[in-house]
Amino acid sequence: MTEFKNKLLAAVEKMPAFPQSVNQVLKLTGDINCSQRDLVEVIKRDPVFTLKILRLVNSAYFGLSREITSINQASVYLGLNTLKNVSLGLAAVGAIPKSAGKRLDMGGFWLHSLAVATATRMLGLKLGVSREDAADYFAAGLLHDVGKVVFALYMPDEFEKVSERAAEPGASFHQCEMDVIGATHADIGAMLAKKWNLPVELHDAIARHHSVGSGESSQLLDCLFAANQITKKLSFGAAGDFEIEPLSESVKERFSMDMDELIEDLPTLDEEVEHARIFIKLGEA
Amino acid sequence: MRFQFRGTRGSLPAPGADTVKYGGNTTCIEVRSDNDDLVILDAGTGIRDLGLELSQNMPVKCHLFVSHTHWDHIQGVPFFIPIFVPGNELIIYGPPDPLTMTGIEAVLAKQMEYPHFPVRVAELQADISYNTLSDGQVVDLGFAKVSTVLMNHPAMNFGFKVECDGKSLFFTGDHEPLQNIYQPGDAEYIEYEQAMQERSRGIIDFISGVDVLIADSQYTQEEYETKRGWGHSTYESALELARDAGVRKAYLTHHDTTRTDGQLDVILARLKEEWGDSGVDFDLAREGEVIQL
Repeated sequence: MTEFKNKLLAAVEKMPAFPQSVNQVLKLTGDINCSQRDLVEVIKRDPVFTLKILRLVNSAYFGLSREITSINQASVYLGLNTLKNVSLGLAAVGAIPKSAGKRLDMGGFWLHSLAVATATRMLGLKLGVSREDAADYFAAGLLHDVGKVVFALYMPDEFEKVSERAAEPGASFHQCEMDVIGATHADIGAMLAKKWNLPVELHDAIARHHSVGSGESSQLLDCLFAANQITKKLSFGAAGDFEIEPLSESVKERFSMDMDELIEDLPTLDEEVEHARIFIKLGEA
Repeated sequence: MRFQFRGTRGSLPAPGADTVKYGGNTTCIEVRSDNDDLVILDAGTGIRDLGLELSQNMPVKCHLFVSHTHWDHIQGVPFFIPIFVPGNELIIYGPPDPLTMTGIEAVLAKQMEYPHFPVRVAELQADISYNTLSDGQVVDLGFAKVSTVLMNHPAMNFGFKVECDGKSLFFTGDHEPLQNIYQPGDAEYIEYEQAMQERSRGIIDFISGVDVLIADSQYTQEEYETKRGWGHSTYESALELARDAGVRKAYLTHHDTTRTDGQLDVILARLKEEWGDSGVDFDLAREGEVIQL
């Protein structure tokens, strides 16, 4: 058991650090009165962020006639609004390594994660959370399956076996993980969240997104759970299996709606997810 | 070369008794060579009327340059009659959307999608082609040259220099003077200031030497205090741009939606007093007015 746990820990240890700046950018960009100076300062402190922004700004899409070599220059040329939107996109993808080996279809994984992030945020806003807190809802959705990346990267053989089994009708991904690995992506995702020092609510949401019925529920967790199932039902991206879990009573109670009613109540989800796809492209820039 | 203001309003059309003199349509400028070749700058609601006139004498060939794709600069496109008629040729130029990494065609198609408009782009009958612009690009139309410079606005916005028949004009699109995000004394202040100065200088050099400047001047200085970062100039900063670039004639446009004819008259009178000996001759843009260069 100890050896098994060590193996999981070793996998988590290999994951890169979660940049604090991603968190800060998510918060700043959710604010209509976002200060350009604050945003610029956050970006400057993070070399990876800086590099990505510079690479993007110097790409053909911007078509600037001079080379931009500093974030100050980027700020001068792009202005707050463009910089803000570009940063938001990069923040979202910056959290996760670009390629998790051949075992995980990153396109499908990303689209699923982004769709869940978008839906979680929309559900949160529906329940009246502030714009600032909505950034955490988005992050929870974005990162809820991050454990799968750890498995795919550092326990590839086991992960491949899980993926094969989970593709069978009626199979659930986290059950297959239990059978093959002995821990789920939620478990290892939670370990990673701890290593990344994510806020406790985020850690909790990642850890428990497949076990909503047990333990005390939270609003974020309920939103994430519902968003995950809605996203699977609407077939956004690839969640690894095709099983849709029913909404728990606490979730239904919170929204006073069942799943179909909730879906009907999110008519712009499709459009917002489409917008979120931008993040995928930006991360590759 | 001559040009005509087809729309002078910013943000939203402002029809009504209070806007008869300066006009209520959003931004559109018709530019004509001496041979009547046609360049259109921006496609606010002012382009509708131009389209009606053009449809009297088809086929039409024209080049539409879109400074940026905020509503008030594109909302006339679906109502520009020539796009529906086979045999007309429309070449559209405009900035990309760097977020979705798509070109001008994708941006314009969006406003004609099913929820917004009953005719899709695919159903348009005219021969329409698209060219996504970049900073510093020179488009040679044969009868005229149009070149671009990136301005400062909360979207990619190109200012356009049109050179034709030995004359030239510059249209800012929407533009706000650059601001230093740091305070004097901050460690970064000077570096930021240098980056800003360099860019401002680039814009001024680009404009320098044109015969006419057509400039966004949406706000009074008082209004501007609460509208910093919204991407627009004041009357004064637009005139400063003209003065700094050595341009002798300026038209101030993109009138705020709420601005009445009476208010504009008062503002013009004040500016004439304060800027009378600045070396810049200027006027407020009036919808319908034709200026021969």
